[in-house]
Amino acid sequence: MSKSAIAFTGTKEQEKELKSFISAHKNDPGPLIMIMQEAQKIYGYLPVEVQEMISKGLNIPMEKVYEVATFYAQFNLVPRGKYHISVCLGTACYVKGSQKVLDALEQNLKIQSGECTADRKFSLDSCRCLGACGLAPVMKVNDEVFGKLTPDKVPQILSQFK
Amino acid sequence: MKKTVKKSVAKKETAKKTASKKVATKSKTSNKLLNIKINGVDYKAPAGSTILEACRVAGIEIPTLCYLKDLNEIAACRVCMVEVKNARSLVAACVYPINEGIEIFTNSKRVVESRKKTIELILSNHRMDCLSCVRSGNCELLALARANGVDDTKYQGAKTESKIDDSSAHLIRDNSKCVLCRRCIAACTKFQSVGVIGTNNRGFKTIVGSHFDVPLGDTSCVHCGQCINVCPVGALYEKTDADKILDAIRDPEKFVVVQTAPAVRATIAEEFGAPIGTNGEGKMVAALRRIGFDKVFDTDFAADLTIMEEGTELIERIKSKKAVLPMITSCSPGWIKFIENYYPDLLPHLSTCKSPQQMFGATLKTYYAEKVAKIDPKKIVSVSVMPCTAKKFEIHRNDQSAAGKGIPDLDYTMTTRELARMIKKLGIDWNSLPEEEFDSPMGTDTGAAVIFGTSGGVMEAALRTAAEILAGKKMKSLDYKEVRGMKGIKEASYTVKKGLTVKVAVASGTANARVLLDAIREGKADYHFIEIMCCPGGCINGGGQPQVSGHIRNTMDYRAKRAAVLYNQDKSMKLRKSHDNPDIKKLYKDYFGKPGSEKAHHALHTSYVKRNWT
Ligand code: SF4
Ligand code: SF4
Ligand code: SF4
Ligand code: FES
Ligand code: FES
Repeated sequence: MSKSAIAFTGTKEQEKELKSFISAHKNDPGPLIMIMQEAQKIYGYLPVEVQEMISKGLNIPMEKVYEVATFYAQFNLVPRGKYHISVCLGTACYVKGSQKVLDALEQNLKIQSGECTADRKFSLDSCRCLGACGLAPVMKVNDEVFGKLTPDKVPQILSQFK
Repeated sequence: MKKTVKKSVAKKETAKKTASKKVATKSKTSNKLLNIKINGVDYKAPAGSTILEACRVAGIEIPTLCYLKDLNEIAACRVCMVEVKNARSLVAACVYPINEGIEIFTNSKRVVESRKKTIELILSNHRMDCLSCVRSGNCELLALARANGVDDTKYQGAKTESKIDDSSAHLIRDNSKCVLCRRCIAACTKFQSVGVIGTNNRGFKTIVGSHFDVPLGDTSCVHCGQCINVCPVGALYEKTDADKILDAIRDPEKFVVVQTAPAVRATIAEEFGAPIGTNGEGKMVAALRRIGFDKVFDTDFAADLTIMEEGTELIERIKSKKAVLPMITSCSPGWIKFIENYYPDLLPHLSTCKSPQQMFGATLKTYYAEKVAKIDPKKIVSVSVMPCTAKKFEIHRNDQSAAGKGIPDLDYTMTTRELARMIKKLGIDWNSLPEEEFDSPMGTDTGAAVIFGTSGGVMEAALRTAAEILAGKKMKSLDYKEVRGMKGIKEASYTVKKGLTVKVAVASGTANARVLLDAIREGKADYHFIEIMCCPGGCINGGGQPQVSGHIRNTMDYRAKRAAVLYNQDKSMKLRKSHDNPDIKKLYKDYFGKPGSEKAHHALHTSYVKRNWT
């Protein structure tokens, strides 16, 4: 899991909310996953600062939290950007070259799939079939679908989201 | 002297808790025998046993890899799969309990093929370089592969990506050889309650690592090396300065002195095929001379010195009204790191004594250089052989250079395993070595020093001296049996004279230490003196000791056998109290003055730092 260079922007209020949730639930049986879900609700993702609050709050090693965070797909270690891009790597799209589109996005945004740009504008990910195989290769930016993609269309699409 | 043993805090002991649970199920059920059938033959086995245990009683071995009794019972590797009549699929013998009438097949074609395939699949994601691998002599995977006639080239394909982690002072993690048995994680978490390693990611990308994949050196790892000890393969091994040590020996300008810790003699012979529980002291000394060390000394000498310093400190604390009690021993560098990380508020409880290794180095480069050898301490290369990997961290701590800046008490340290490798590499035939004795004066020891190598030994050694000083007369018995043994937490109290009962506790394994530390924090620990050793059972089970395969760990208490070597040696010795060591008396007379003197404080004591945990 790559560490992103994204500054933590958590507020005092968020911290208070998480900490009081932890103290309310730390004696529940197996509270870790529930607390991590709540933390993700509060912060949108689970950066090292938040995982540390959970670790200290439950008095368990940081690695225990990280282990769970990297095992379950529901947990995000990087924030979602203002624009979240998800490239379909389903069979139809893949056959039509969606990997190349993903590569082009990675180059343009200078991040890897699974990461977020430092200004938190774009985050990038891949997904399975979006049910729009007729338009393959396909990607989504937030809820908007873009089809019949080629790598050279990437800069132009990105420029729409400035 | 009156001895009473009380149990209070000990009830919470973690290791014991699991152990006694096991024993309870067994003793409750062992009266009841079940009829079982293994490979068509009838047997009886105690209810509550697993298939693995029942088969072992019947003399049938089932191969295992991930399983360690009471520590790692997670059925991760699938090597131990056997067939049970009417069960749909094969079952993991290491966790599957027997029931009345069960019919087990351990060698059916289905079982044999599954086992072979499982091992072949493990090998397919394993970087195999057995010829140069540090574990080729005792690799559990290699042994399995050989015994099961596997084809190591059968499955070829992608391998999980990993990097070598050499960030910490003591060990190297090479995940390209990791079989994901998770034994290291269990040791770190359950023995030590440190838990800085775990499994990251999932599926094919799963690797053992730390939070956010930070290198181990950036975590609150205590350098105990227990993870290395349980690893079945070459994925974990200690960092080594062996070549630098040999270079120093070859350099005619250097005066290279070696000291060996008490626990090393109790285990080194295992590396040369001797049974567990063999005392290898004489041959070890002979081997070190043949390697070329200029002097072969004994850390035992400094263990006696430690008792003089620590005993004096304890007596002062007991006599003073304001001093912090309980006082806790400071010999074990893994333990020091643990308290610095996790209980920094309790640091005033720690004795200020350096560890015996460091006291030895400090005395070597001051007293010995100045008064005995009359050489420049800068020419001395101070080397130790230790049962311990945390020593590799300790030698680089601040404030460990009594002879002056740039003249460290210790230059290099190596583990028991590294010494064994060195002996083999230099072509020294262990079996034909004579038994030789340590050089003097820093090779003189007492029985008290010898038992430093096992849990309870430092306490017993301290009691032998402190009780006589506090009582002002010789004690009848020198044996403090209540603090011996492999229990994780031991408590006792001894009335040394009218009106003075000394209450003590002993813990080994930092998970057990936590129990005592929590009691201190809560103000519930009215002990005078506590001994803590980082490794479960003490140095005889240190992280630098010969690795004991899962098969042996699961069937005997090898730690008790190793400890017996030290207690037997103690019993056979004329001098059994540290304050009777003649060369220690001379050292104080000629150099330090008296225990706790200013000079002694400068050379033999240290201070600690507050750290964080992750
Ligand atoms: S870990 Fe075992 S199988 Fe792997 S390279 Fe080393 S000796 Fe060979
Ligand atoms: S050396 Fe000890 S503390 Fe460090 S990872 Fe290994 S078991 Fe854990
Ligand atoms: S490093 Fe060793 S002990 Fe740890 S999981 Fe890998 S093979 Fe098992
Ligand atoms: S495969 Fe991409 S939309 Fe179906
Ligand atoms: S699954 Fe039984 S030994 Fe690994």
